[in-house]
Amino acid sequence: MAQLTDNAIEVIDLVKHYPKAPVNAVDGVSFTARRGEIFGLLGPNGAGKTTTIGVLTTSVVPTSGKALIMGHDVTADPIGTKQLIAIVPQQSNLDRSLRARDILTFHAAYHGVPRRERNARADALLAEMGLADRAKEKLTRYSGGMGQRLMIARALMHSPAVLFLDEPTNNLDPQSRLFLWERIQQMNREGLTILLTTHDMLEADQLCQRIAIMDHGKVLALDTPDELKKIIPGGTSLELRVALPQPALVSATGTAREESGLLTALRALPGADKVDEIAADPNDPAQEGITRYRLYGQDAGTLTAPALQAVSANGGELRDLHLARPSLEDVFIYLTGRNLR
Amino acid sequence: MAMLDVTPQANGTAPQAARKPRSHARMAWTAFMAILRRDIVVTARDFIPFLLQVLVQPLFFLFIFGKVLPNLANSGTSSGFGNTFTVLLLPGIVALTSFTTALQGVTLPLVLDLGFAREIDDRLQSPLPVSLVAVEKVVFAAMRGIIGGTVIFPLAYLILGNSFQVRTDAIPQLIGTLVLVAMAGATVGLTIGTLVKPEQISLLFALILTPLLFTGCTYYNWSGLSSIKWFQIVTLFNPLTYGSEGLRKFMMPPITVTTPAGPQSFTIPTLDAQWIFLGLGVAIVAFFLIGLQTFRRRVVS
Repeated sequence: MAQLTDNAIEVIDLVKHYPKAPVNAVDGVSFTARRGEIFGLLGPNGAGKTTTIGVLTTSVVPTSGKALIMGHDVTADPIGTKQLIAIVPQQSNLDRSLRARDILTFHAAYHGVPRRERNARADALLAEMGLADRAKEKLTRYSGGMGQRLMIARALMHSPAVLFLDEPTNNLDPQSRLFLWERIQQMNREGLTILLTTHDMLEADQLCQRIAIMDHGKVLALDTPDELKKIIPGGTSLELRVALPQPALVSATGTAREESGLLTALRALPGADKVDEIAADPNDPAQEGITRYRLYGQDAGTLTAPALQAVSANGGELRDLHLARPSLEDVFIYLTGRNLR
Repeated sequence: MAMLDVTPQANGTAPQAARKPRSHARMAWTAFMAILRRDIVVTARDFIPFLLQVLVQPLFFLFIFGKVLPNLANSGTSSGFGNTFTVLLLPGIVALTSFTTALQGVTLPLVLDLGFAREIDDRLQSPLPVSLVAVEKVVFAAMRGIIGGTVIFPLAYLILGNSFQVRTDAIPQLIGTLVLVAMAGATVGLTIGTLVKPEQISLLFALILTPLLFTGCTYYNWSGLSSIKWFQIVTLFNPLTYGSEGLRKFMMPPITVTTPAGPQSFTIPTLDAQWIFLGLGVAIVAFFLIGLQTFRRRVVS
């Protein structure tokens, strides 16, 4: 029987092509999330994470491929699937015509939870989320964090087997974020399988037992956070922030030659297995005129002195130097050559 | 943190396993009825605003067209025009109110929900086919429409006084027609609500609702249009025409007019019953199927 599978979520060669779109939103994605796992989909906006969740939660019909929840084919049996899952979306979709507690009890009623059980559950979850004293209110005076907590309470009302969290801590204040992280781990300890999407590296690292890194509709790498970090050769990286002289006023091409001069010099350093030049965030004025270089190597620390020489030889001025064990962000940059956002 | 304490009720997946497996049909039925109950609860809590929304417009129509204008007309000539007009106006107002109350009960919430609010998501994620969410919208909006049409009767009785004249020998047909009018309004509303984008709402009123109201034979009877043939044909494409004419057929009593030759009685002609039911039936089926199709396309990509 399908129910006996150990996999909570199975995605097999999933493709989603939206009409009129030049490329596939999801382009041959496969992964498996085991029962009781917190599984992360990590990637920038437009990587195909939300579309993948859409297929798994029956609101997107795949162009090809297959998706299974607890052994149920999502496309063939949407009703059975919906009974097993719950979703906390990126943006609030709470029913604003209802009071907070009614949102929970009606949700449970839609799912056929008997009256007594749903009332007891709503009260317990409201208390647990710290919303008990606001339970009879409509949502007009609810903050973003409170709405988020209410959406999580709502998701738990029908005791789903798999919970989908789409960018759960996006737009949350740090305190709500910590609260949510603890809640996610708590729910997971109670046996809930959780699939979350995020473009927050720290979040993925903290919460997820396994992570699929996605970009342009494809899974680039899938493993535990620790194993993913081993993708980076050596295991350490050296990051330089350099202010380069500004002949940009003379001509744009001149600047490009100047920068690639330093890049070439860094790449030529013995012991540097890979060197990336990371474009500055154009929206951050503090980064203006600063170029980031990241050097990966067996022992990136030994690269420090020759790298500094290369910088000054190329007329650059060192602004910051940073030696780090790789984070998931480094893994993403290593895999794609660009920043997450 | 005390907030993080787990209560047994809120415990992970255990109750799921304990719950009896239910058939899909049963799950869908339970979900459908719960969604319907949600709409009833929401409307019942705001029943007074709902009534005001429904009644203000017909109240003015009845007062101005049924009371004020006939008085002006009668003061000069003492003809039976005013009385006749009131008798054919009332069914038109009932039809119009029922139709638009049903229509707005689907259209506005749908435009907003599908556009950006997405409040409908919770219902779409319930264990039932998404089409049933649309069906529920139609059923509930039709209920609103029936209530809207029904409350016109006491209102008209109060405003029109002696001019309030309704047949009492065709009540079942009257009720049946009112139900069909409300269903037509609801299905037209479903189609419009799934086609219109939020930024087009003002256009909706100007380009769709206004023509719908004025070509629906609400303020005039269909046979009275025989001198403007092209317009008479235009009105046949408006489902409301069949509703107005249908209610006229089952509401208007024979009218007695005093002439120099003595009192004379006549009936204002309406569309035949078979055309009325055919028109309403075709509109309901067609708009329901189109609306269901566009609804599915909006909620499942």
